[in-house]
Amino acid sequence: MKGAVASGTRPRATPELRARKRRELVRNLAFLSPWLLGTGLFFLYPLVTTVWLSFTHYDGFTSPVWTGVDNWHYVLHEYSFFWPALRNTLWFVVVIVSLRIVVGLVLGMTVISVKRGSSVFRTLFYAPYLAPPVAATLAFVFLLNPGTGPVNSVLGKLGLPQPGWFNDPAWSKPALALLAVWGVGDLMVIFMAALLDVPRELYEAAELDGAGSLRRFRHVTLPTLRPILGFAAITGVIAMMQYYTEPLVAGQVASGQIGGSGQQVEPGYPAGSTLTLPQLVYNLGFQRFDIGAACVVAVVLFVLSMVFAAFLMRRGSVFLGVGE
Amino acid sequence: MTTPSRLTRRLAAGGALTALALSVTGCFGSSKGGANDNPNADVTITFWHGWSAPSEVAAIQATIDGFEKKYPNVHVKAVGNITDDKINQALRAGGPNAPDVVSSFTTDNVGEFCTSHAFVDLNPFMKKSGVDPVKVFPAAQREYTQFEGNQCALPLLSDAYGLYYNKADFKAAGITSPPKTYSEFDADAVKLTKMSGDTYSQLGFMPLYHGYESTITHFAAQASPTYFTSDGKSNVANDPPLASTYEWQKALVGKLGGYARLDKYRTTFGDEFSNNNPFMTGQVAMAMDGEWRGGMIDDSNSKVDYGVAPFPVPDDQADQYGKGYITGTIVGIASTSQKQNAAWEFVQYLTTDTDAVVNFANAIHNVPSTNAALASPKLDQSPAFQTFIKIAQNQYSNTTPSSPNGGAYQLTLQNLGYAYESGKQTDLQAGLEEAAHTIDTDIAQAQ
Repeated sequence: MKGAVASGTRPRATPELRARKRRELVRNLAFLSPWLLGTGLFFLYPLVTTVWLSFTHYDGFTSPVWTGVDNWHYVLHEYSFFWPALRNTLWFVVVIVSLRIVVGLVLGMTVISVKRGSSVFRTLFYAPYLAPPVAATLAFVFLLNPGTGPVNSVLGKLGLPQPGWFNDPAWSKPALALLAVWGVGDLMVIFMAALLDVPRELYEAAELDGAGSLRRFRHVTLPTLRPILGFAAITGVIAMMQYYTEPLVAGQVASGQIGGSGQQVEPGYPAGSTLTLPQLVYNLGFQRFDIGAACVVAVVLFVLSMVFAAFLMRRGSVFLGVGE
Repeated sequence: MTTPSRLTRRLAAGGALTALALSVTGCFGSSKGGANDNPNADVTITFWHGWSAPSEVAAIQATIDGFEKKYPNVHVKAVGNITDDKINQALRAGGPNAPDVVSSFTTDNVGEFCTSHAFVDLNPFMKKSGVDPVKVFPAAQREYTQFEGNQCALPLLSDAYGLYYNKADFKAAGITSPPKTYSEFDADAVKLTKMSGDTYSQLGFMPLYHGYESTITHFAAQASPTYFTSDGKSNVANDPPLASTYEWQKALVGKLGGYARLDKYRTTFGDEFSNNNPFMTGQVAMAMDGEWRGGMIDDSNSKVDYGVAPFPVPDDQADQYGKGYITGTIVGIASTSQKQNAAWEFVQYLTTDTDAVVNFANAIHNVPSTNAALASPKLDQSPAFQTFIKIAQNQYSNTTPSSPNGGAYQLTLQNLGYAYESGKQTDLQAGLEEAAHTIDTDIAQAQ
């Protein structure tokens, strides 16, 4: 047989065999068709179209016209909001995702270690997650108002500095991070479930070996939680890449410039510090009707999320311990 | 090696973003309409508008009723509470449920509607009906409803901006009449300002660009700027009235306590369109605002005893005192409409029938948008409202011109204002040159 392959001669398939293979292929494709249809229609088509439109001038009214790399040059070199928005988005990805994971894990560990009344704490910490984003943001803008907010009143009475929060470019992102951490109840619940799944014998064995609480956390808890940490990191990155509602609402309400229907409003108040890439997609695509340039930003977002996801999955081998 | 399942997971990680991309890309083209319909046929046209308050909806319905009485063969299906986002989607999509006649509260998108031909050019319709826009509409209203000669919209009532002042505060400060020039205004604003520790118990005027209607384009109208050259290029770096407006505002910020103090005080203001508006609560003694504010104060429980006057002008333009910034609601015919002749009958009635315009203006406390209606004795004759009528009639009143990318250039100028008033930008001329470059680049990108 080896000799036959080496000499290039192959046994010829009979017509019956070829027909059977064709039938198998059709059957397999038929079974796969829902996935193929869904992926083609809702993933590949919009993806390819978005990339294509990024090389066209398209206002939604007239047919797209090929313009080469003009949109890319405009967005990357001339559109003054792009780089600040990219920097802000990366800041939110790094800081908010990290903070949410750390706080969610600490809260989860704290709540399961509470002997009495843990359900009360679980409810208290989880409830903020259920608040609608717009309502939660409005509440935070009110609470953190530098002029009339109760938080600064308390800080003032304690003799502490009173930040400008959503009205100060230096504090607006930390204020949004605070809001994101306040709604960390989803991660807390997931971490609680994962923590309860860690085999008790591992802790007992480590304890017999003389491991203290820190070493038990590092060598037992963390490795067991690795898939969940990976899940939290990747879904967090994707959520931050789509971060739109909270910074938009906070910026507009704090600025006082709500704007009327159709009016372009200052993006990213104060001083562009809360501007994110998804806001640019809206600004370019639906306020300036420059859909080609909006697609450039959408493609950048897509590539960035792919890079982050690939990095996290390769470096951490996170999902279900793949690569271990 | 990448396994298929791993690849799938990676692809799935971007799925949500692809949905975002889908939302951006999910709209291609639109069907074209035409003006070949029989205007005498019995038809129903769809009219989209933004009014939502019960009194406003009743007022526009009364206008529609008047039209249907006059043109019994044309029926109007009105759809209210429509925003520009919905308008843009509908104009792109076309189809049987798309509107025939569309009104928008902002003038910012007229350039976009004209250049993209989302709205039809009304010049042929006006010519056919004998409507001379120069005779019918004031200059500012004509300016903000056309782009490069394409009159793709017409004005449907207007807004005029002036000075609101608190009479009691004026009396307490010994001010006997409203200021007419910037130097008088600055002196009055300082006189009316009362400090309380490191903040204010009363502020004469909030000059910051985030102070609601205190935007650079509203201020600049008092100096009559020229935003674009005749060939459509940005003129902002070479326009003394605009530069002097930035400088005047910056100087006033300094006279009233500086940016940081004013900005902190600004955060104590209530919502602009609520009864907690700072002028209505007495936090500021003077404010720049539109004619609608008077109606809001009258309808509220505010105790403020207010007066209105034209907003002051630069000292070197004292002879032009009485002018102001003009904007308003616009109305046009969707190019996808199959009933454009019938739609034109309706648009013509809405925008040029003097009684219809006057009645509608009186009902919703807006300024009429035709010369005949502005001069009508049937208009609300209250002194406050008549002040705004005179501002709208003033030959020097002006507006922000249309641009192919909406209000993007105004946003660029406003951003320069934020940077300049806060001290982030110290070289005004350099900032204006950068703004001019940005405006030109943005417009080139849009075309």
